[in-house]
Amino acid sequence: MEQIIVNGLFLGASYALIALGLTLIFSLMNVLNFAHGQMYVLGGFITYTVVAQFHLPFVVGLICSAVALAALGAFAERFLFAPVIRRSKREESTMLLAAGIAFFLDAVTLLVFGEKQRGIPKIVQGVFNWDFRIVMPYDRILIGCLAVALIAAFILFMRLSRTGRAMRALAQDRMAAELMGVDVGRYSMIGFALGAMLAGLVGGLLVSIVGVNLGMGGPTSIKAFMMIMIGGAGVISGAIAGGFILGMLESVGLSLLAAYGDITYLVIFVSLLIFLAFRPQGLMGKPWG
Amino acid sequence: MIRFLSVAAFLVALFIGVPVLITLTGRWDFYYTLTSVALLSIGSAGVWLTFYIGRINIGQGAYALVGGYVAAVLITKLGFNFWATLPLAGLFCAALAVLIGLPILRLRGVYFSMVTLVLTEVARLSALALPVTNGARGITSIPLPGEVSLFGITLLPDFATLENPKLAFYLMAVTLMCLAYLVLWRITRSRLGHLFRSLQQNEDLAASIGVNIAFLRVLAYAISSFMGGIAGAGFVVISQSIYPSSFQVADSVNFILNCFLGGLGFVFGPMLGTLVLYFGWSLLFAAAKYQMLIYSTLLIAAMLVVPNGLLSLPAMLRGKGGEK
Repeated sequence: MEQIIVNGLFLGASYALIALGLTLIFSLMNVLNFAHGQMYVLGGFITYTVVAQFHLPFVVGLICSAVALAALGAFAERFLFAPVIRRSKREESTMLLAAGIAFFLDAVTLLVFGEKQRGIPKIVQGVFNWDFRIVMPYDRILIGCLAVALIAAFILFMRLSRTGRAMRALAQDRMAAELMGVDVGRYSMIGFALGAMLAGLVGGLLVSIVGVNLGMGGPTSIKAFMMIMIGGAGVISGAIAGGFILGMLESVGLSLLAAYGDITYLVIFVSLLIFLAFRPQGLMGKPWG
Repeated sequence: MIRFLSVAAFLVALFIGVPVLITLTGRWDFYYTLTSVALLSIGSAGVWLTFYIGRINIGQGAYALVGGYVAAVLITKLGFNFWATLPLAGLFCAALAVLIGLPILRLRGVYFSMVTLVLTEVARLSALALPVTNGARGITSIPLPGEVSLFGITLLPDFATLENPKLAFYLMAVTLMCLAYLVLWRITRSRLGHLFRSLQQNEDLAASIGVNIAFLRVLAYAISSFMGGIAGAGFVVISQSIYPSSFQVADSVNFILNCFLGGLGFVFGPMLGTLVLYFGWSLLFAAAKYQMLIYSTLLIAAMLVVPNGLLSLPAMLRGKGGEK
């Protein structure tokens, strides 16, 4: 039992980081970033390349992933999303754009990094073992702690910094923020970059544990959507709650339902549908946010 | 009168022009491509209708899969004729859509989109898990459509006896497509269309003046899913097989992309969008490993240049001409 909880917490911490990026982009721009999973995969491959091919330290790989994805996010917002939002009659058009970018990133990843499963050597050796009740490799513990630290840093940044305050204002009411002199274009770009950067960072963190492959993008996006639906879209606390709940459900489901075959996700999906019937806005979302 | 003529020209091209051209050029493989386009555009028509009430439905793949499996199971396990399973698949999907739609249509905006996306995944996983679907191995070697006769007169021939079943499938698919778009066109020109548009603009306002929004949105969703089921059943019979991976998230996304690309403001937008996207993808096959790269780049470029769909292009050009 303890083992299941610890596994759930580990999954939850990394899931929450993915959901945070997605929810940030959604709350600022009202864009559902279909390419989020692909950004995660790209981040993983960049860290893999830096660490396994160039033999540089893991931290350097993480930084490279973060910088590259932040640049990609900023570019996508400035030259793709912003013009389409301006010209299009219906807001939903950004979905086509996001889906197009998802296909594009998939194609680029395939051409540059190939379709093989990639991983890097363990960053810390050894296994933590508490009386065989909890068995956890040290590298998982380290990555889990790093993820939690990143979540904490993100919350502090949003709460305390001037940029964070501007983005929160933007999420609350775009028009009012603009009237109060917030540079909407600039902070949208920063927000998008930050969201993409989070996706890249998680990819970099997890490449040392589960590795990375081309096909992970789509499923990761779907998981991230589920987390946001559980917690409520556009709410930071909701994204974190959703991430941990999904991580826990997956961990519990995989151990309890294993006897009935591969139905964990089917059960989670169906219970999500039922949950949403009663609480459409998720746990912490604003009604029709 | 001009409209009538253009519709007549379109039908003539579809039913006579295309077969004649294919016979002349000998490109028989185009039949399969065009049949697929016709069937997919029925599914896209359904998605377009949910756009019409202001919802983004990324779950059409789920209904196409369900419709496909209903047809496959009825034909192989219960020995039904394909022509009987076609409406049954549609009706089954519509009933399912009512059941699922009642709770989830209360969700709006991206919440609805995300939940329909999840639905696609649910359908795939159910197909893998349920015993009747035969799991990952799928259902294969489904027989061709049988004969339909009334009082001894053959209305529709047994496809297995035809010398050219490809042409027959093509004619079946385009007939279904024309019917679907006729229904769609008729809906947008009717009182129902007005009511649907009121939902698109503001559901709360519509409800406040006495529009029964809960009924209307379920109705639109059911019609949409009916079309999804028909598309799926049609696919099963032309490919004679179905697997859980026959329709997945990428297909659901493609259905909405078809609508976007053609233009959400035009009834025939999804048809054009499906044609362009499917043909574009097939033509790019020559580019081998760069296929996806070119395709997605073109998609992004299309979005930047014509964000309101291809059919908005004439109006855009005219608008620019007026400014000079």
